[in-house]
Amino acid sequence: MAGRVDALYIFLLIVTGMMTLLVFTCLIYFAARYRHRPGVAAEQIEGSTQLEIVWTTIPFIVFMVIFAWGAVVYFKERTPPRDATEVYVVAKQWMWKLEHAEGQREINELHVPVGQDVKMIMTSQDVIHSFFVPAFRIKQDVLPGRYTVAWFRATKPGVYHLFCAEYCGTQHSGMVGSVIVMEPAQYEAWMSGGQTGPLSATGGKVFAELGCVTCHRSDAQGRGPNLQGVFGKPVDLADGRTVIADENYIRECILDPGAKRVKGFQPIMPTFQGLVSEEQVNALVAYIKSLSAAKAGEAAKTNASTVAPQSNPQTQKSQVE
Amino acid sequence: MSMATAIAQPVERENYLNKEYGVWSWLLTTDHKRIALLYLISITFFFFIGGFFALLIRLELLTPAGDLVQADTYNKLFTMHGMVMIFFFLIPSIPATLGNFLVPMMIGAKDLAFPRINLLSWYLYIIGGVMMLHCMLTGGVDTGWTFYAPFSTNFTNTKIVEAGLAIFVAGFSSILTGLNFVVTIHRMRAPGMTWSRLPLFIWAHYATSIIQLLGTPVVAITIVLVAAERALHLGIFDPKLGGDPVLFQHLFWFYSHPAVYIMILPSMGIVSEIIACFSRKRIFGYHFVALSSIAIAVFGFLVWAHHMFVAGISVYAALVFSLLSYAVAVPSAVKVFNWTATMYKGSIHYDAPMLYAFGFLGLFTIGGLTGLFLSALGINVHVTDTYFVVAHFHYIMVGGAVMGYLGGMHFWWPKISGKLYPEGWARLAALIVFIGFNLTFFPQFVLGYMGMPRRYYDYSHMPEFQVLNVLSTAGATILGVGYLLPMIYFLWSMRYGKPASDNPWNAAGLEWKTASPPPTFNFEEEPVVTWEAYNYDELDAPHKQEVPVAR
Repeated sequence: MAGRVDALYIFLLIVTGMMTLLVFTCLIYFAARYRHRPGVAAEQIEGSTQLEIVWTTIPFIVFMVIFAWGAVVYFKERTPPRDATEVYVVAKQWMWKLEHAEGQREINELHVPVGQDVKMIMTSQDVIHSFFVPAFRIKQDVLPGRYTVAWFRATKPGVYHLFCAEYCGTQHSGMVGSVIVMEPAQYEAWMSGGQTGPLSATGGKVFAELGCVTCHRSDAQGRGPNLQGVFGKPVDLADGRTVIADENYIRECILDPGAKRVKGFQPIMPTFQGLVSEEQVNALVAYIKSLSAAKAGEAAKTNASTVAPQSNPQTQKSQVE
Repeated sequence: MSMATAIAQPVERENYLNKEYGVWSWLLTTDHKRIALLYLISITFFFFIGGFFALLIRLELLTPAGDLVQADTYNKLFTMHGMVMIFFFLIPSIPATLGNFLVPMMIGAKDLAFPRINLLSWYLYIIGGVMMLHCMLTGGVDTGWTFYAPFSTNFTNTKIVEAGLAIFVAGFSSILTGLNFVVTIHRMRAPGMTWSRLPLFIWAHYATSIIQLLGTPVVAITIVLVAAERALHLGIFDPKLGGDPVLFQHLFWFYSHPAVYIMILPSMGIVSEIIACFSRKRIFGYHFVALSSIAIAVFGFLVWAHHMFVAGISVYAALVFSLLSYAVAVPSAVKVFNWTATMYKGSIHYDAPMLYAFGFLGLFTIGGLTGLFLSALGINVHVTDTYFVVAHFHYIMVGGAVMGYLGGMHFWWPKISGKLYPEGWARLAALIVFIGFNLTFFPQFVLGYMGMPRRYYDYSHMPEFQVLNVLSTAGATILGVGYLLPMIYFLWSMRYGKPASDNPWNAAGLEWKTASPPPTFNFEEEPVVTWEAYNYDELDAPHKQEVPVAR
């Protein structure tokens, strides 16, 4: 991604450099050539419609090229690859909490393997923050009350700055961290350094503890919709609309179940707003995603890394609210 | 009114300055020229307050560690710097001072259409200003001038409502000025002053006034909504109350992006006047320059969400706003090309106003072209909310707008004060401002692309940013000197300057056809316009024409 952005940036430097050179050369040349001389009067020129058309259309065409190029880069920045590993990010004044789908939890540090697509599913506990890694040329505001998504693929091992880019109060400039890009082998070693099992498994526990399972049964006879295979599929709503069941939809259904009720079901689900933490919502979302048949491959992968779920002291270190 | 012209060699002709003396003759005046001076004094006061905050910000950033002030203090400094500079200096700067002074004179009117409303708008500005000062002295605000919710509505415990109210009141001052200009330009033009004979300064102010009229009420409503959520806990912006924080940004930028054009359009108007005068030429492509002001005002209302490309808007919305942002860049480019072409085959003089106009062209071009970077979606994601943006908008709003403002102050100072300023000092100040400005803000482009986020009080995690920050701070001190100098020599010239003739630049325009300083009702007799704007060929011809007079 950095390469794509830099290529466009260099193109723009050249284009604007040429424009600047053109304007400044004319200015300086005219200023010198036509400086006031006694006895020489200015020549009155009304203007030229042809010239006006030329210097309206040529910049416009150049601008459209820049626009199209910028749009293409933006589309890539905004479209995470399907097989990216997922990291749930919770921002709060003034720290980053990061939770790998595999269950690893970190604060202000994100360990990733080199060459792997990483998708971040982000939300904020309080005000607006912004996830900014200058080295990867990515930035995305992190909003309270919903998910936003960003992704990157690191190409070189190293430690890179992670900044909060949206002003968020007193310690805004202290809300910094690092992205640590490791060789795959190192990363595996780091990953095995203690974990509680995948996030989806945690979500499954929360799902059971909260009693969700009594209505959302897997045999299609519950009072709530069957959640097997729902993720990523279109859902018909009671009000006639159709939405894609993405992370934001699942999140909204947990926190505000009445807003987009599924067709054929009664509005009986209570809201879980205030009853579950952001981390628990993330875990639930990860769990519901893991039920999706379309994600079978990924589910298998997470299963593989959870052969022995064991409780680990490192979890206790992370703040859970 | 006055018979002063009958006296052959008057000791001091009666004019708007010496007609009456005493505090009340100023505080209760309805003369647009006196109100312009009231504004001039007030905005200069706020400019130096805002500038003082800026210097403290730059001093704090001299070293990576947060050592000069506390984090909260720093956050208040950049917030108050932004609020004071934008709402109490840049928005009223040119319209309320030079615009107030010149709009009636340039179109041959005795005053604005609503002289009392004009005075009211100054009082509203002062009331808003006093509220803002009170807010600053009793704790200030720490949200940034952008007031982003939900931080502003439910998290900070600084004086949001009071600052919002101050801006709300000052906003009405801006609306009333815009209203006054629109009516005046429509209804009070002298006989023969057709739309296509209007100076481009008037066209620019007309476009500005439309933005003030249509845009300012939206920010007023937004402030009321912020206050309502903060005080009454109505759920509007905070998701915890059922609101939407992105809605706030839409409402805020719907005004605050066009507000940039409130700042830069009048400056463009000034530059058109100066370049024509000091090239001794009619402006190249008059109609295109005039209409590009209107085009900027119209397109300016359609690009607000380009401040929000990473804020969580959809990809398709981002595409539309990126496209429209390029559309608004075209009329700005057209203006620059026309100004450049005006100098072709001119007879160019290098008096101080022209040096400021050159400075404007240089800085505005850089500011405008870096806007192309920011409108490119792919690059915007990386550089938004970094020092790249800070540098870009300072090039436009300070480099462009303030350069033009200073150029205009020099150009019309002989008319306003009746005195000549010291030319050598003025040229020196223009040079110092240009150098100081570039040294302050050019390094910030580099800082931004390197990734330094804005509004960071402490960058001790990234000491690699220090060298560029030191350059920037050094530039700011130079810039400070450059801005102080004109204030000193303008004040000096009021007492010691040589008396100015009616038309020291031999410039076109009705304002130069009356005395310096002008009489209270501007013209001894109502002028009749029979010539096009910028008739420098006739002015430079051996036989100067007389002002025809209405019978």
